[in-house]
Amino acid sequence: MNKAIERLYNGLVRENPTFVLTLGMCPTLAVTTSAMNGLGMGLTTTAVLVLSNALISLLRKVIPNRVRIPAFIVIIASFVTVVQLLLQAFLPTLYDALGIYIPLIVVNCIILGRAEAYAYKNPVLPSVFDGLGMGLGFSFALTCIGIFRELLGAGEIFGCHVMPESYVPVSIFIMAPGAFFVLAMLTALQNKIRSVAASRAKTPSDRTEKPQGCSSDCEACGESGCAMRFYDDRSGQKQDTEKKQDTEQKQEGKQEPETDASGNGMKEVEKND
Amino acid sequence: MSDLLKVSSNPHVRSRVSTTSIMLTVILALMPSACFGIWHFGYRAAVIILISIATCVASECLFELILRKPFTIRDCSAVVTGLLLAMNLPSTVPYWIPVIGGVFAIVIVKMLFGGIGQNFMNPALGARCFLLLSFASLMTDFNYDGMTSATPLAVIKSGGEVEVWDMILGNTAGTIGETSVIAILIGACILLLAGIIDLRIPFSYLISFVLFLCIFSGEGVNETYIVAQLSGGGLMLGAFFMATDYATRPITKKGQIVFGVFLGIMTGLFRLFGASAEGVSYAIIIGNLLVPLIEKVTRPVPFGGKAGKKA
Repeated sequence: MNKAIERLYNGLVRENPTFVLTLGMCPTLAVTTSAMNGLGMGLTTTAVLVLSNALISLLRKVIPNRVRIPAFIVIIASFVTVVQLLLQAFLPTLYDALGIYIPLIVVNCIILGRAEAYAYKNPVLPSVFDGLGMGLGFSFALTCIGIFRELLGAGEIFGCHVMPESYVPVSIFIMAPGAFFVLAMLTALQNKIRSVAASRAKTPSDRTEKPQGCSSDCEACGESGCAMRFYDDRSGQKQDTEKKQDTEQKQEGKQEPETDASGNGMKEVEKND
Repeated sequence: MSDLLKVSSNPHVRSRVSTTSIMLTVILALMPSACFGIWHFGYRAAVIILISIATCVASECLFELILRKPFTIRDCSAVVTGLLLAMNLPSTVPYWIPVIGGVFAIVIVKMLFGGIGQNFMNPALGARCFLLLSFASLMTDFNYDGMTSATPLAVIKSGGEVEVWDMILGNTAGTIGETSVIAILIGACILLLAGIIDLRIPFSYLISFVLFLCIFSGEGVNETYIVAQLSGGGLMLGAFFMATDYATRPITKKGQIVFGVFLGIMTGLFRLFGASAEGVSYAIIIGNLLVPLIEKVTRPVPFGGKAGKKA
């Protein structure tokens, strides 16, 4: 069960598909004109994501490696068609509001990305929770953007008037440029919160809270959004680089010295990113 | 004579031109238009100009205070932005419009991209387009002589007749700074004589615009029509004050001409075939976005170097 919670946390916060990975920008920018549309789009994508992750994970030993992408697309497209027909039957207003963006869920790179990066390599239950976490993270982000755009551009939240009568709506926020403004501001805000949280985690007691499956070897770890990495960058820099050079020499002992130096620099850039 | 023996490292000759002196000259050059606007539209114009400048300076100040950046208020560039923004607003807008515009111009367009010299787009024009898209009805509500009237360009667009001399003198409806061509040209002369701008961008802009009109307007070479189009709207203000902005124009000489021609074509396209009668601000903003590309293509070849070879 720990794995499930870890996957949910990963999708919602640590690798939030919109604010951290910046995937699936097309629906993010296009349909978030109101909070309701954002939430509807997010939940629709979540449903497809959970179902496709589950099926791809079930079939991961059956699908040949070479044709995996077409296979994923067929599975995803089938689920999108199912969801689209259900929406058309039971939620016609949302169906009309989202329009072409429902069929376009097929090419949403979050779904294909999770299939390729997680569901194809992992058992069913973690894959389902991975899909759920990513989908909820996407829904959360889209709803946030939708709330701000609707509030500023129409003076409403979920269709209810909240601004005073004298408020003149800034209609650019429900046009395309407004989506970019709000997305950029929210991403900047969450980056700020992350960096503050990371610098607060300097006390040793916080440091012992390691993510699931952490081997304390940040060099060998592929997790890009890990807060521990961030911490290591900030304070123990000197000690850390020494240690890293050691491990790197061990790991890349076969490589020529000049590529080793450049590789070192690349790592540095990556870490400070 | 003892001074001559002083040993110091280079540079030995320093120009006395500074950002502040350039900005002060631009402010001086904008004064004729500003004064004409205040005389023409009344005290409201003066209040809007003051609010706009105050907001720009205050938001730059606050931004630098909050982010603990060095203060750059003294270079007066925020004052120029505020003044140019006010020049682009109708005198009838509510007083909170220049406040929103000023904050947007300074914080979003200028400071978030790194402050003076780093902005990819003219801050005043960026803010004007933001306001125009957000508050379309307020921003196009032109009032002149106590009654709401269409701008000369809108009249031309709908096929009406306009008084060309009124347009050159400035006795028409429009934004605070754009109506009087004579006042703008006085300011442009100040800029030219002070060496702040040269004629490459304005002339290539205006000439290509006129050529575009002659070819596509269906009026042929009709002097009245061409003069009315030239003196209407923000064309003169844009050509001499906005397109020549140091941070957002190409550096290369050839590039500046390409930039001007592009602006002329875009303005003609927007005015003749677009939905609205005016297109100078959008043309300049799109031109600003293409500046890095233009600079890349028109990079001069050093003496003895080969064209197309990477330096």
